[in-house]
Amino acid sequence: MMRFLLLFSRQGKLRLQKWFTALSDRDKKKIIRDVTQMVLARQPKSCNFLQWRDLKIVYRRYASLYFCCGLEQDDNELLTLELLHRYVELLDQYFGNVCELDIIFNFEKAYFILDEFVIGGEVQETSKVSVAKSMEEADSLQETMEEYVNKPTY
Amino acid sequence: MPAVSKGDGMRGLAVFISDIRNCKSKEAEIKRINKELANIRSKFKGDKALDGYSKKKYVCKLLFIFLLGHDIDFGHMEAVNLLSSNKYTEKQIGYLFISVLVNSNSELIRLINNAIKNDLSSRNPTFMCLALHCIANVGSREMAEAFAGEIPRILVAGDTMDSVKQSAALCLLRLYKTSPDLVLMGEWTSRVVHLLNDQHMGVVTAAISLITCLSQKNPDEFKTCVSLAVSRLSRIVSSASTDLQDYTYYFVPAPWLSCKLLRLLQCYPPPEDGAVKGRLVECLETILNKAQEPPKSKKVQHSNAKNAILFEAISLIIHYDSEPNLLVRACNQLGQFLQHRETNLRYLALESMCTLASSEFSHEAVKTHIETVINALKTERDVSVRQRAADLLYAMCDRSNAKQIVAEMLSYLETADYSIREEMVLKVAILAEKYAVDYSWYVDTILNLIRIAGDYVSEEVWYRVIQIVINRDDVQGYAAKTVFEALQAPACHENMVKVGGYILGEFGNLIAGDPRSSPLVQFNLLHSKFHLCSVPTRALLLSAYIKFINLFPETKSTIQEVLRSDSQIRNSDVELQQRAVEYLKLSSIASTDVLATVLEEMPPFPERESSILAKLKKKKGPGAVSVNELEEGKREGGELNGGGERGGDSSAIAASNASTPSPSADLLGLRTGPPVTAAAPSAGSLLVDVFSEAGVNDDGFLSSAPPTVVSEDPAPPLPESNELLNKFVCKNNGVLFENQLLQIGIKSEYRQNLGRMYLFYGNKTSVQFVTFSTTVTCPGELQSQLNVQAKPVEPLIEGGAQVQQVINIECLSDFMEAPLLNIKFRYGGALQNLTLKLPVTINKFFQPTEMASHDFFQRWKQLSQPQQEAQKIFKANHAMDTEVLKAKLLGLGMALLENVDPNPENFVCAGVIQTKAQQVGSLLRLEPNAQAQMYRLTLRSSKDTVSKRLCELLAEQF
Repeated sequence: MMRFLLLFSRQGKLRLQKWFTALSDRDKKKIIRDVTQMVLARQPKSCNFLQWRDLKIVYRRYASLYFCCGLEQDDNELLTLELLHRYVELLDQYFGNVCELDIIFNFEKAYFILDEFVIGGEVQETSKVSVAKSMEEADSLQETMEEYVNKPTY
Repeated sequence: MPAVSKGDGMRGLAVFISDIRNCKSKEAEIKRINKELANIRSKFKGDKALDGYSKKKYVCKLLFIFLLGHDIDFGHMEAVNLLSSNKYTEKQIGYLFISVLVNSNSELIRLINNAIKNDLSSRNPTFMCLALHCIANVGSREMAEAFAGEIPRILVAGDTMDSVKQSAALCLLRLYKTSPDLVLMGEWTSRVVHLLNDQHMGVVTAAISLITCLSQKNPDEFKTCVSLAVSRLSRIVSSASTDLQDYTYYFVPAPWLSCKLLRLLQCYPPPEDGAVKGRLVECLETILNKAQEPPKSKKVQHSNAKNAILFEAISLIIHYDSEPNLLVRACNQLGQFLQHRETNLRYLALESMCTLASSEFSHEAVKTHIETVINALKTERDVSVRQRAADLLYAMCDRSNAKQIVAEMLSYLETADYSIREEMVLKVAILAEKYAVDYSWYVDTILNLIRIAGDYVSEEVWYRVIQIVINRDDVQGYAAKTVFEALQAPACHENMVKVGGYILGEFGNLIAGDPRSSPLVQFNLLHSKFHLCSVPTRALLLSAYIKFINLFPETKSTIQEVLRSDSQIRNSDVELQQRAVEYLKLSSIASTDVLATVLEEMPPFPERESSILAKLKKKKGPGAVSVNELEEGKREGGELNGGGERGGDSSAIAASNASTPSPSADLLGLRTGPPVTAAAPSAGSLLVDVFSEAGVNDDGFLSSAPPTVVSEDPAPPLPESNELLNKFVCKNNGVLFENQLLQIGIKSEYRQNLGRMYLFYGNKTSVQFVTFSTTVTCPGELQSQLNVQAKPVEPLIEGGAQVQQVINIECLSDFMEAPLLNIKFRYGGALQNLTLKLPVTINKFFQPTEMASHDFFQRWKQLSQPQQEAQKIFKANHAMDTEVLKAKLLGLGMALLENVDPNPENFVCAGVIQTKAQQVGSLLRLEPNAQAQMYRLTLRSSKDTVSKRLCELLAEQF
């Protein structure tokens, strides 16, 4: 199972953090610091995997953003690499040509999409169509709400 | 798609985020955040009730601030309020806040649980999914208590929507992982297994993670999943690349589901049902075949997904470890990857091959790639790949290639990354020891290790080389010569000085004949390093010096002068000062005889698992090992001279120095561990006698030693009791134990499952032993395996007299341990307390069985299950004399069968062990290899524990 997923920029700014096990804030901060430093220090064209403590770290860079996750020992590295890719595709499908700014300004959406895709560190749905459908349904609910709120009151 | 505009829903949030991004400095950012926090706080505290939209917006801002790395200590209540909103987006943001900022505040958890409960029963799938995601994200025990009963019901209910099922399955998995005791198995479990057959691929994908985890914990309850998983896998593997529509990922059908299915199968042994197994083997072969087909797409996503399945299939093949054909194919495939241009594949191939190397079917096949792996170690640009290459070299190492691999690792160490040096050092040290055929090679290797990477050589490593040199007299001269040469280097590592100091102190005499390494030259060489060393090393060197005085009386005056110098005798370090004072005094007062006794060569160390190996295991341990723990491990790591492991003359030194508990790494055993105090007094008091004869008892040198208190509780077994036990495996009579006071003789006879033992306690002193008593105990499960009755023994033994004790033994079932014999008596008022192992071993109950060659091999074949066999390959500890071997095997109690084994050099034996519960037939085969000075010993018995125990016992005999 995946233990955590981090999105951070080339400057080391954290854009999204998702933890699939309970950890103290202190531990989280330490992991974020160590892992981002380690990944950012890697040479280009290095392999996408590394061993860190008892975890397998899998990361991939998309433009200015690093997608990085920590896995348990019996997890499949290659497939996780594709899991990151599928997540990027889902974001792309939702935002249309996603960029770092989309994730900054719509961070809550990035979380919602992730929740449709991965729960408790395990993949729940790999179909792009299904995830898109769920997001669409949620958005249609949202639209009704926005209309409702913006309706002038009498 | 209109989605992008959704962010505009909360204008205030977008403005705030822009503000933050426009901040020029960290300070400006903090200022802006504080302003916003104050604003939000006042809104939340204000009198005017906030509408849902504003609440949502502020909660979202707090969330953003938190994600920037700031602490958030309010707003939780507002977030909880949002949960009960009937507007979806408000609810959604509320749940997100709770999920990200988990709060263990029990007050809130109750409110949160309430909201979740409402949403779960709302029958609105979107709301249900939100609630389930929240439970999965928080996963706290309180939530498990509240929902562990409800979620299984939702999962298997017929009318639950697919998307809810998916969320419910993974939500339950999370709860099971955090609180397995709260998720009760029940009627739902069998229905969960059948989700593997579900029409909806997404449901299967989610459910299988849950099933895998449950199977690991309750394999029997879920074993029907094996055949279901195989048929599902087979359908996917044989489907065309577009059959599965949206579940096809870059022309690879359902890669996530395939991998999860293969992972689930790794929870079980190979399927017993022939048809299922055949189908599975077919799948695995298809997966291996596909790897050779041309790719359907040039995209890396295609090859990654395809290879992900391939690696998972290889894991399963390795897990089964029973299909030589598949194993070799897997190995060949990985071999191809080793040279692949994709770094990722090279990395994974190295990793996967590591596990393949431990399978007997594929070990040889893995070894054929040695040159590629060595090349990887030398040329890979990425340190994490090099690390994997080093791991694989370690895993593929055996006797045939040890020298090559160790040499390569050593040369790599010179340029290795700092991050992996320490581990490399441990690995080299272990391989060198494990595969040392001649120990001079071992000594060379370790000294090289210190030379190349001295800073990374932990204490365990250099302790170990000393243990080995002490225990093997054939290498001592060589070791002395080599360290002497190594110390010639103008700059040598402190660890080298430690090893050099210790070894020359013990064995310097072996090279003293050569005028180039005369005693004085040796001493001057060591002393030239002294001032550059740390306190612990200096302390060690001082001990080496006093040993020199004993070894080479001609160095006495030089060394005394050194000890007497102010820098020693007035050293500000207490430990150094004390050693200097005591050694000086000892050298000037004690007679040569006394000196020779006190400073005698160190006794051999008991054989035990290498502490280096323990360290490496710890380093690579499966659990979460934090860096701190590792460092602690280093500090407390195996101590070469840990007080508890010694007896005899070394404890004499220990007693004389009991007043100086040394804080440093203490090589001459100056530190007394608690276990030894029980056995020490005899030796200790004896030492006092020696000194009082020499007339030095009144100068306070020894009187500073605290009185040794001997506990009334039975002492722990003597460290040498295992060795004593081994002495009696092949014989029934002899001297079991002897020290300055007491001798214990033994005579025993066995018939069927019964035995009788006569123990003779001899008082070697001229003073009587009073309140002499013995107790025999069977520790642990031995109690139910062996019935031992000891007749009472005379409580008084006159000086020079001997008393006898009879012990009756009945073997109820086969056993591993030996009974303990505790002996207590008072000698001159001091309580003596020692514990030995009674030499009762399983082989004593053998009945020899004669049989012809044909019968022997037939039975041998019948006992062919892997667990029935135990095998050991080991180095000869004694001369390989045929007659001696025969005598030992006969002493073992089995029948020695002549003309059975086609090779006349080999020995085979047969016997039946008689226990009350059952008879255990055992066959033995011993294959000596005179050239390599090695044996291979194989035992087969109808009971696995017997094979194992016999193998352990016998491996010590030859």
